[in-house]
Amino acid sequence: MHARRRHLAALLAAAAAFLLIPLGAGAASAAPATCVKPPPRNDDSIHVIGCLTDTRHTPPTPVSGVVISVSDTSGKTVGTDKSDKTGIFDVPLPGSAADVVGETFVIHIHTDTLPKGAALRDPKEVTLKTQIQLSSDVYVTFPIGPDLTPETSVAVQALQLAAGGLVFSFLLAMASLGLSMIFGTTGLTNFAHGELVTFGAVVAFGIDSLPGNITVAGVNITMVTAVAVAIVASTFFGWLQDKILWKPLRKKGVGLIAAMIVSIGLSIFLRNIFQYVAGAANHNYSQWTSPEPWHIGPILMTPKDIGVMCFSAVVLVLISLAVQKTRIGKATRAVADNPALAASSGINVDRVISVVWSVGAGLAGLSGVLLGMTQGFDYQIGFKILLLVFAAVVLGGLGSVWGAILGSFIIGIFIEVSTLFIPAELKFVGALLVLIVVLLFRPQGLLGRAERVG
Amino acid sequence: MHWASLVSQSLQEALGPTAVVYALAAIGLNVNFGYTGLLNFGQAGFMAIGGYTMASFIATWGLPFWLAIVAGLFFTVVLAFILGIPTLRLRADYLAIVTIAASEIIRYTLGSVTLLKWFGGQDGLIHFEQSFSNANPYHSTINLGIVSWRPYDFWLLTVGWIIIAIGCVLVWLLMRSPWGRVLKGIREDEDAVRSLGKNVYLYKMQSLILGGLFGAVAGFLIALQHTNMNPTWVATDTTFFAYTVLLLGGAARILGPVLGSIVFWFLISFLGLLFGALTAGANPTIPEWIMSNQQASLVRLIVMGLALMLLMIFRPQGILGDRRELAIDAR
Repeated sequence: MHARRRHLAALLAAAAAFLLIPLGAGAASAAPATCVKPPPRNDDSIHVIGCLTDTRHTPPTPVSGVVISVSDTSGKTVGTDKSDKTGIFDVPLPGSAADVVGETFVIHIHTDTLPKGAALRDPKEVTLKTQIQLSSDVYVTFPIGPDLTPETSVAVQALQLAAGGLVFSFLLAMASLGLSMIFGTTGLTNFAHGELVTFGAVVAFGIDSLPGNITVAGVNITMVTAVAVAIVASTFFGWLQDKILWKPLRKKGVGLIAAMIVSIGLSIFLRNIFQYVAGAANHNYSQWTSPEPWHIGPILMTPKDIGVMCFSAVVLVLISLAVQKTRIGKATRAVADNPALAASSGINVDRVISVVWSVGAGLAGLSGVLLGMTQGFDYQIGFKILLLVFAAVVLGGLGSVWGAILGSFIIGIFIEVSTLFIPAELKFVGALLVLIVVLLFRPQGLLGRAERVG
Repeated sequence: MHWASLVSQSLQEALGPTAVVYALAAIGLNVNFGYTGLLNFGQAGFMAIGGYTMASFIATWGLPFWLAIVAGLFFTVVLAFILGIPTLRLRADYLAIVTIAASEIIRYTLGSVTLLKWFGGQDGLIHFEQSFSNANPYHSTINLGIVSWRPYDFWLLTVGWIIIAIGCVLVWLLMRSPWGRVLKGIREDEDAVRSLGKNVYLYKMQSLILGGLFGAVAGFLIALQHTNMNPTWVATDTTFFAYTVLLLGGAARILGPVLGSIVFWFLISFLGLLFGALTAGANPTIPEWIMSNQQASLVRLIVMGLALMLLMIFRPQGILGDRRELAIDAR
């Protein structure tokens, strides 16, 4: 879903850029009209239509007077036309649509009728073969002059994909930060972290599904409330999990690997409860379902995406500052560094861990509800991104706050931009391969310390 | 409620093809995790390589059955090398993350539209069981009193249980050999073994390969069981189920995975059937607003997750295990 939408956005952006540039420039310089399509007909026939433009000029100029002929598979010419002053040629096919659907036609451009200096981009491509598949007109083109589009369009596509990846990166970063902080202070590789992400999305969905809208002074703030409630509930959920599960396990002396397996059990347990409550279907929130995209330079972004990014950026900066500057943040880093030493210097380790669990879960829950807002969610959205979260955290360095954020941005942007080169369905594969390659060459991650790896 | 039919159906599941598949996967994990202390979370990946190699060799490329099996085992060894080389030197949790990532890479790739013409995308592959089915000596339904199987299933069971028996004897022999003692030594204290001059890395690699081979055989059988190989058989949860099976039966015990699989699938299918029956019909025993028939199928998984947690907390040695032998948190 996500992939397809992003892909479409990229295509739209590329198309928009392609259309906007010549049209805008054309209006300014009052060049002759280009590609003025014939008025729509109301008959049951199929035409082969195309437009010849010369890209040696900017904007491309129409090429008129070129003879185009259409022949059937036996070589018999069924129609010819000359391109008009706007570059358009229009060859009606004989008979009605029903007669020609499924037939193959060859469209031939008579290069000797091209104006002086104009040449086909691919001199060998003087014929095009087309099979009529739908009962609608067929559009063909013979490119003339140098190829201007690919560079700009690939660049724009990459930019558009990167923008999409950036939005995802912010959400990934919040989830990763929580995982990394919990790992740093407790050593737990938490396989149930994805369920903290889903928890936020599900709680917000619960608020959103309440009958009626929540309004203040006529403004619908249902989703704002839902996000706020999701953050609070997730924070509490993290605190509670630590209180009733992880803290007793630490006291009991359960080892890290055993705890990791407990987290797998918890993940299965919670995931199925989410499905029990929210069903297996994909959900979307009621507000801001299809906002109008904005044109920012050559790319398209929805105000929702921008809002999500700004909000996440503020949260990430605040948390990072808190870890760096505040008392509890310093205590957190001390515990992550050496719990025994931290305890002996008077830090209440259990309290620090409790705070870390709360904050980490709150961040994960926020990430979940924002993910739900940008791409919809189901009961296993957190489980689906769990491996990406791991990849981001390992890439940045397990236990490192800045590493988690850096890793998330690399992974988030990489998976989107990689769809330029690999099929979109395999973009997760690329990210996971990066994970393995990183472990091969720099197991401690980009910002991790070598001694952590053991 | 027909208790007798519930028990008989659950028993059928507990001794049936699914239990066989998971017992084999768990025997592999037992070698990795139980004896060597390696956290291989990619057993589903090994199953995928085994199952898909066999299925595609036969269905896509029309090669003979025996070659498909040999190739499946060969590619499993290759996968073990690819996974082991970067990760076996690292801490245990890194291996867990990398193996789980690798199994997802394999699943996404084999299920992709890009490779549709070879591996069948999300629908997977069919028509590869002919040779196996031709060798079937049974011709009518096998009825053993309270349980009964179709001839094909019983043939699969016969083969499966024989492989399990051979596997158990093999693991038993290996683990009481000097080689096995080195593995257990690695589990308990890697540095101590290293100081005795053993190449720990090499032993871990051998363990990963052996465990993966059991996974590949489980992959062959899961494909043959469903007469279809598709990505859903080898999702991450497959590995998690196999771990639950192992831990339930008792890790580092020869018969742990086997007993674990029987008990696990008995309970899972019993719970599934029970809640299915309680929510079925126009006037179900459990009211619709508490639990619908669809929700009923989730109860067993909820219970399973909870059971895995409680098992790990209160009885990490499982049914058969010895707590002294298995100090799981060696690292």
